[in-house]
Amino acid sequence: MSTFYENREIVTPGDLLAEGYFNAGPNTYKIGSRIYACKLGLVEYKGRLVSVVALNTFYIPSVGDLVIGKIVEMDIHGWAVDINSPYLATLRAQDALNRPYKPQKDDLSEILDIGDLIQAKVIAYDRTRDPLLTIKEPGLGKITHGQIVKVSPAKIPRIIGRKGSMINMLKKETRCNITVGQNGLIHIYGRNPEDERIAVLAIKKIELEAHTSGLTDRIAEMIRKERSGGR
Amino acid sequence: MSNVRLVDENGIRTDGRRPDELRPIRLEVGVLSNADGSAYIEQGKNKIIAAVYGPREVHPRHLALPDRALLRCRYHMAPFSVQERKSPAPTRREVELSKVIREALEPAIFLERFPRTSIDLFIEVLQADGGTRAAGVTVASLALADAGIPMRDLVVACAAGKADGYIILDLNDIEDKEGEADVPVAYMPSLNYVSLLQMDGQLTPEEFEQAFNLALEGCRKIYELQKQSLKAKYLAIKEAVEEAE
Repeated sequence: MSTFYENREIVTPGDLLAEGYFNAGPNTYKIGSRIYACKLGLVEYKGRLVSVVALNTFYIPSVGDLVIGKIVEMDIHGWAVDINSPYLATLRAQDALNRPYKPQKDDLSEILDIGDLIQAKVIAYDRTRDPLLTIKEPGLGKITHGQIVKVSPAKIPRIIGRKGSMINMLKKETRCNITVGQNGLIHIYGRNPEDERIAVLAIKKIELEAHTSGLTDRIAEMIRKERSGGR
Repeated sequence: MSNVRLVDENGIRTDGRRPDELRPIRLEVGVLSNADGSAYIEQGKNKIIAAVYGPREVHPRHLALPDRALLRCRYHMAPFSVQERKSPAPTRREVELSKVIREALEPAIFLERFPRTSIDLFIEVLQADGGTRAAGVTVASLALADAGIPMRDLVVACAAGKADGYIILDLNDIEDKEGEADVPVAYMPSLNYVSLLQMDGQLTPEEFEQAFNLALEGCRKIYELQKQSLKAKYLAIKEAVEEAE
């Protein structure tokens, strides 16, 4: 039973993290009783669980995730949506309408057209088939105003913070509506462009400094400074 | 045999190195903003850049594999990378090196975790001075790690060989061309796994073993540099933040 790094130390793929009765958590793998890192990230030892918080990843869909995507293809059954993932998602017409879908009557391009941005929820996914989305829930559907910021999906947990501490602070300080897609796209909608600009700036700073400590306070300070400097 | 002296009476090579010495190496990660992952290497006079895209949808679709990701690799030398202008069209040699590098990297990547996708890897040699396949593997595995692709270990490659009767490490262009043998090795140090082993020229079994072990030693040294360069980007930000406080 031994571990070879400090908690939150940076490790690279192939680093031997622990040996003995440990369980391999996210971004690690096990050969016999040895646990190795398989991504660049910060190592975490929690009891018997050894995991790595990756510094860069891509988005792998998971059922229940809120995502922001862009319509890229359309046919009579529904749409194909780019959700910033290795797999294109499908949005079926019956998951977009509140009434039965009649292909002879309904024109899908009137509901969503190619290039439209949507907020959606993943309702089904396994690696053998492409993910399936729905927009039939309150708050989901076409995005009509505001702006989108793209960050690495690895930084999403940091932007939300522990129990939402970071995102709540952001919303309060910037006075913007912020919706975080698990796939690394963030929708910001504020009362004026200045609020939105500050929110974008703050999110970019969080992305860059995600692996440092005391970040929430630093971001709050930055926003206040930005706001007073802008006037 | 040619009349070129590759190692002088003091055991010093044409570029001033001892037989078991590597060329100076500089590594940088995340040099391209449009690629998902990228890295750059300077090993002696070699200058190579690598870019990774993916995992992403496979185009054309019919190439997709149902049970794992497709790794596609292009090794290419820029027209200005050598003394005489090289035609930019892929040569027989480049097609072969693309395959060899791909097969050296494949065992390191968890391809089975991303079925029906492709990982596209581009290795562009800007300046060549011998040992570009080894440097290409080294820099490509950094680009893959930078892209956040899960890997069993970093792959590192280094050549050893023989010139003027000496077993030498990390051959440069003239030692490669005029020397007696060249043994490129790609290696995963943590797992002690060799993923590429080639030999060009003639060596006795004893000499081969000596060259092979020397190459592994070179690989372990470069592996440390690889790890440092991956961490460097994030450590720099961390230090800057801590300093500001």
